[in-house]
Amino acid sequence: MDKSLATGTHRLSLRQQGPSLPLWSGVGAGIFLLALVGGTVTVLLARFGGDVSPVLTDPYLHAVIQFTLWQAFLSTALSVGLAIPVARAFARRHEFRGRRLLLSLMGLPVVTPVIVAVLGIVAVYGRNGLLNQLLQQAGLSFSFRLYGLSGILLAHVFFNLPLAVRLLLPAWDRIPAESWRLASTLGMSSRQLFRFLEWPALSAFVPGALAIVFLLCFSSFAVVLVLGGGPATTTVEVAIYQALRFDFEPGRAAVLALAQLALCSLIAITMARWLRAEPLTPGLRYSARYRPDCDNRAGRWLDRILIVTACGFVGLPVAAIVLAGLRGPLVAVTLDSALWFATGRSLAIALAAAMLALGLALALAVCARHLAVRLRQPARADLILVAGSLTLAVPPMVIGTGLFLVFLSVGRSGDLALVAIALVNAVMVLPYAVRGVAPVLIDSARQHERLCAQLGITGWQRFKRIDWPAIRRPTRFAAALAGALSFGDMGVAALFDTSGAITLPVMLYHRMAAYRFDQAAVTALLLVLLTVGVFLLIDRGLGQWRS
Amino acid sequence: MAFLTLEDLRFTWGEWQLEVSATVAKGCCVALVGPSGAGKSTLLSLIAGFEAPDQGCIRIDGRDVTDQPPARRPVTMMFQEHNLFANLSLYENVALGCHPGLKLSLDDRQTVEAAFAATNLVGLEARLPADVSGGQRQRAALARCLCQQRPLLLLDEPFTSLEPALRQEMLQLVDRLRRAHDLTVIFVSHLPFEAARVADEVRFMHNGRVVEQGPCPAIMEQPETPELRDYLQYSG
Repeated sequence: MDKSLATGTHRLSLRQQGPSLPLWSGVGAGIFLLALVGGTVTVLLARFGGDVSPVLTDPYLHAVIQFTLWQAFLSTALSVGLAIPVARAFARRHEFRGRRLLLSLMGLPVVTPVIVAVLGIVAVYGRNGLLNQLLQQAGLSFSFRLYGLSGILLAHVFFNLPLAVRLLLPAWDRIPAESWRLASTLGMSSRQLFRFLEWPALSAFVPGALAIVFLLCFSSFAVVLVLGGGPATTTVEVAIYQALRFDFEPGRAAVLALAQLALCSLIAITMARWLRAEPLTPGLRYSARYRPDCDNRAGRWLDRILIVTACGFVGLPVAAIVLAGLRGPLVAVTLDSALWFATGRSLAIALAAAMLALGLALALAVCARHLAVRLRQPARADLILVAGSLTLAVPPMVIGTGLFLVFLSVGRSGDLALVAIALVNAVMVLPYAVRGVAPVLIDSARQHERLCAQLGITGWQRFKRIDWPAIRRPTRFAAALAGALSFGDMGVAALFDTSGAITLPVMLYHRMAAYRFDQAAVTALLLVLLTVGVFLLIDRGLGQWRS
Repeated sequence: MAFLTLEDLRFTWGEWQLEVSATVAKGCCVALVGPSGAGKSTLLSLIAGFEAPDQGCIRIDGRDVTDQPPARRPVTMMFQEHNLFANLSLYENVALGCHPGLKLSLDDRQTVEAAFAATNLVGLEARLPADVSGGQRQRAALARCLCQQRPLLLLDEPFTSLEPALRQEMLQLVDRLRRAHDLTVIFVSHLPFEAARVADEVRFMHNGRVVEQGPCPAIMEQPETPELRDYLQYSG
């Protein structure tokens, strides 16, 4: 009796003593996100007017949606389908010189600005590209049509094959060492290993990879803008852009944005089960020393060919940009003051977006921790974390369209445009930040909760001494990734480019659209270098802040 | 004549070194005991072929197998855990011992059925490993070892995580099976007194070497070396 009373008061005191600050910070962040999304939907609905029948029968809209789905389906199948043998080759060759370097190379497309990569792909596979020049020297004619579906697929595989490799590779960590030994005493062949060991492990990871890649390809913008764009090869996002920027039809843009919102939500809800994949981690570890099929000569050659091809595929476009940039009119481009103003804007946007995303992510994570560990309500904690991934279902371009429509009615100004772009970029990178930080914070809390309560370490002291050291590494990585991604992003920024708020990626796009490829190459090189710079700046900057 | 011969076997792992010369007679059941890090599991890995020795040679049934891959050696092995593939039924897991791609002949099917009967698992063929008890999982692994029809059985603490009564039962099952199928058995154990109950002889390893060996139960009652005496004293 005494005892139960004691534990009762103990739990009560725990509840009272925990300040509701974490709870309110998370609720605040959640309300902010919901207001942004809700506001967007309200604005879009107001423009749309509500007459559904002409929309449902609009053949243009049908064609656009059909193409969007078709290219996303093909891109996903190709990216993940090719990623499986490449990941297997990396898993099987678990120790060779340069393996880590090549795996880091596989991480490159994640941070390479989309518009730069597209330029790189044009430089390699375009009509005057590297590949064609080589083929012509060998006396072969070449008729690869880069613009259209094939180019879009090529670019999507460039981005998502390496992503899928990194998402799938942890599957091999799940195979116990005993299974490999067992397989080797049973005399399993390489095919049987795949069937009995690797595929069962992979099957837990493949749906997640498929879902993420499909969503990314479904709402792909810059790739389709440059490499597609004709009436037959337009995705919903590009159609929104064209409606707003060329046809000046805000009503049509609103309809398209609502369609995109509905489709993405539908996809995200259908695939929600698989979208809770592992967080994107900075490093990869793997060892299967006992794998019996490592010494097979044919397998070794197959793996070499796969790894070299994949790395060449990923590395060539980036290398082509660096080469073309160095050979381009470096002085003329860098002396242009417009370039540096654009750079300044991009930097401001990147830093603001990264900090805002980090703030929101920490607020959500702290709240989720409080709910999960202190109040023991894991379901509600999950709900808070879902709010952070809201933008997977609500693509940035949709929010951007809402803000742009508000922007049109308020009157255009460069400063407001910058705020809008930073805001959209912040929610765009928020899922990465939340996935990086929240699980680590909750794990750390589970470990230390009782100890902290016992020693009376609470509030800011607790965050500084216990939580921050635990989440410092993932937080640094998430914030740096957020900064790099929004520095190089050319989604929403393209909508606002008439207001004088041109960012560096948009400037690059303009140069490409004007066929000034020499200038574009130099701009692209600068963009790549600065993206790396922003990543390092934020990573190191947060690294300074130790308790 | 010796069934298993380890000739001047050496294996290094950083600073640590294993040096063993030993013979095991056909049909004998050897318990390998000793503190953690003594090299018991490493020795089994060398015999099974998961690790290659720096020098020395391993002969099984008169044949030099030192350079043979694990599948070519007349050896089968059980581990402490993960002995079954979680996604395959018990039947498929056991049948893998007959054919690594599950292409089973009529004879193979009979072998598998006999193995189920011998390990008291009849009726559980369709279950997944997750749906049976820990003891049943290890019995299924043992059934697969029987299907492989290899004369040397290596057990790397497969029963350690089972409760005492079940552990005893499993050891007795191994004992019955090795007599029925004429198997030579080497098993690693953390529990020397339990092991001594079914083993013909005990080998005590310390620091990468076999320090003392002898028939059961004499060696347990009168250990000669101070290392074994120390070890037994703390093993209850």
